[in-house]
Amino acid sequence: MEGFLATCIVAATPLLFATVGELLTEKAGHLNLGVEGMMLMGAVIGFLAALKTDSALIALLAACFAGAGGALIFAILTVTLRANQVVTGLTLTIFGSGFAGFVGQPILGSMVPAKTSAFFVKRAVPLLGSIPFLGPVMFRQDIFVYLSYGVVIIVAFYLYRTKPGLNLRAVGESAPSADASGINVTLYKYVHILTGGALCGLGGAYLSLVRVPIWQADVVNGRGWIAVALVIFVSWNPLKAFLGAMLFGGLSIVGLRMQAMGVSVSQYLVDMIPYVSTIVIVILSSYKKGKEKQPPRDLGNPYFREER
Amino acid sequence: MNFLRLAKRDDLPKKTEWLIRAGAILLSLVFSGLILLLFKLNPIEVFKTIIIGSVGSEMRIHQTIIKSVPLIITSLGVLVAFKMKFWNIGGEGQILMGAFAASYVALFFPEMPRAMALILMIIAAVIGGGIWAFIPAFFKAKMGINETIFTLMMNYVAIKFVTFLQYQAWMDPNAKGFPRIAPFPEWALLPKLFGVHIGYIIAIILVVLVHLFIKYTKKGYEITVVGESIETARYAGMNINKIIVIAMLISGGLCGIAGMIQVSGVEKTLAVGISGGYGFTAIITAWLARLNAISALFVCIVFAMLLQGGAYIQVNLNVPSTVANVVQGTILFFVLGSEFFLQYRLIPAKRILKEGKEAA
Repeated sequence: MEGFLATCIVAATPLLFATVGELLTEKAGHLNLGVEGMMLMGAVIGFLAALKTDSALIALLAACFAGAGGALIFAILTVTLRANQVVTGLTLTIFGSGFAGFVGQPILGSMVPAKTSAFFVKRAVPLLGSIPFLGPVMFRQDIFVYLSYGVVIIVAFYLYRTKPGLNLRAVGESAPSADASGINVTLYKYVHILTGGALCGLGGAYLSLVRVPIWQADVVNGRGWIAVALVIFVSWNPLKAFLGAMLFGGLSIVGLRMQAMGVSVSQYLVDMIPYVSTIVIVILSSYKKGKEKQPPRDLGNPYFREER
Repeated sequence: MNFLRLAKRDDLPKKTEWLIRAGAILLSLVFSGLILLLFKLNPIEVFKTIIIGSVGSEMRIHQTIIKSVPLIITSLGVLVAFKMKFWNIGGEGQILMGAFAASYVALFFPEMPRAMALILMIIAAVIGGGIWAFIPAFFKAKMGINETIFTLMMNYVAIKFVTFLQYQAWMDPNAKGFPRIAPFPEWALLPKLFGVHIGYIIAIILVVLVHLFIKYTKKGYEITVVGESIETARYAGMNINKIIVIAMLISGGLCGIAGMIQVSGVEKTLAVGISGGYGFTAIITAWLARLNAISALFVCIVFAMLLQGGAYIQVNLNVPSTVANVVQGTILFFVLGSEFFLQYRLIPAKRILKEGKEAA
């Protein structure tokens, strides 16, 4: 059981980065459907940086920049030029998948170099790693996983306990009111869309550097879209995102487990489970009531000051 | 932006409008060229090879037409939904389920005359794609469930389902373990006209029908009104839920027909690869065509050239075909950005001050 849950966390980590990234973006009032594309950009650039420098830190930074670069295109188009967010996000996904295929072509099948993969071996955290049950599940993982814990805690603290976090939520709820109270709406939107993109890039890099350490063009394989659904599922709460990502990560590996236990199920049908459950969850979450559980009110609305 | 102010434009002359758009497309090509240069590829050679690869010989022109057919029909499906601001990104799934339903007729029905078989297959495809679109439409209409995620997840469910058929349930026992479904019998294949299957004739007919539907019928008008403003539609006493469901049935049905043409005319059996990303590319083409059926026809032909040319450069220049995706994405980025300049104009702040003083 502990082993299974520990594997769930590994499967959850890319989802968690992307979910928290998209959550920040949506808190700024922008629905970015380019998560899949930004993850792919992060995955390929992170991998390429690792290959060229064999430095894990440079690889992580490069992945952040790649994701943020994708998000910058989205931000310029939707914040400054007020383009349609749905279409822009979709285009970013198409662009990102083309980008990853194109940039990744010469390195298809390459392996993550030794020093980088050695950096991402599993290491137990002193003390925490020896807690019964929780230790083996959560604290005998690789550094990248610990980074995701940190991101969740920092984002949760930022959103609910700091002034800029409060301002951000105000921007997402009602850009005109936030503007009237002196918040620099455009700046807030840019900063958080870019940060969100950087986190998506990291999620992609986890896949290409740790999960499947051989470069292949379809490494993200729909996880970006699951992250978009997860944001709804966890009702825009970063702490719940942790549990949500674990649940979905678990669903994606449960088929293999069942086969290993000798239960005869069709792998192809089991592969459907994460997608069907996302649909069910999106339907169920519409029953949730309460202000905390609703999307940011200005989500998807462009803001044009002169039109106020 | 203290030195610049924005103002809404009044209606632009059509000529200026198209000039801005042409400028955007030109800029996007320059920009994609720069990306290619960055990867040490000669952009002029790449673009030239794309054109040669798409229209350079009779065989390649046929290939371009074959690629444009599903794209045109799927774009029609997408634009009917988008007119209503219903973000149907489930084209892939609807194509596959339409193809699945048509394949069922071809594989399990007794032999019948070709015309009858093809009509039955088209009806089956419309139902298959339609049901796949109806499910999210129903939940949108009844419970306000976000359709973007829903239609998208339906894609993956359909992909896994057809994979299951291809690799397990319907796998051809005579294929010596090769994961494929038995080829269709002769009577279930689309006939050819001038060397290409007649899907292109179906596509052109559908373009005209969809155009007439949106421009000249009451239902088509209602779809546009719902897209412009739900409030207006409600005030006018329209049954919004019914309109959403009908429009999505049409949208999914059209995508289903695209699937039927792929299995009956191109692949000659059902395979998971038949949708080939058309469901997503169609979103770009429908948007570039400003959700107009006739324009979509031309945009799709250009995009089919990009796809066919992309496949050609992979073989010819050893450049991955995904370059076509990069170029497509870049074009749409620029066109999306240019729409801003169609709607707003920038005025130097000084002039506003001056005009203000003169007015005083």
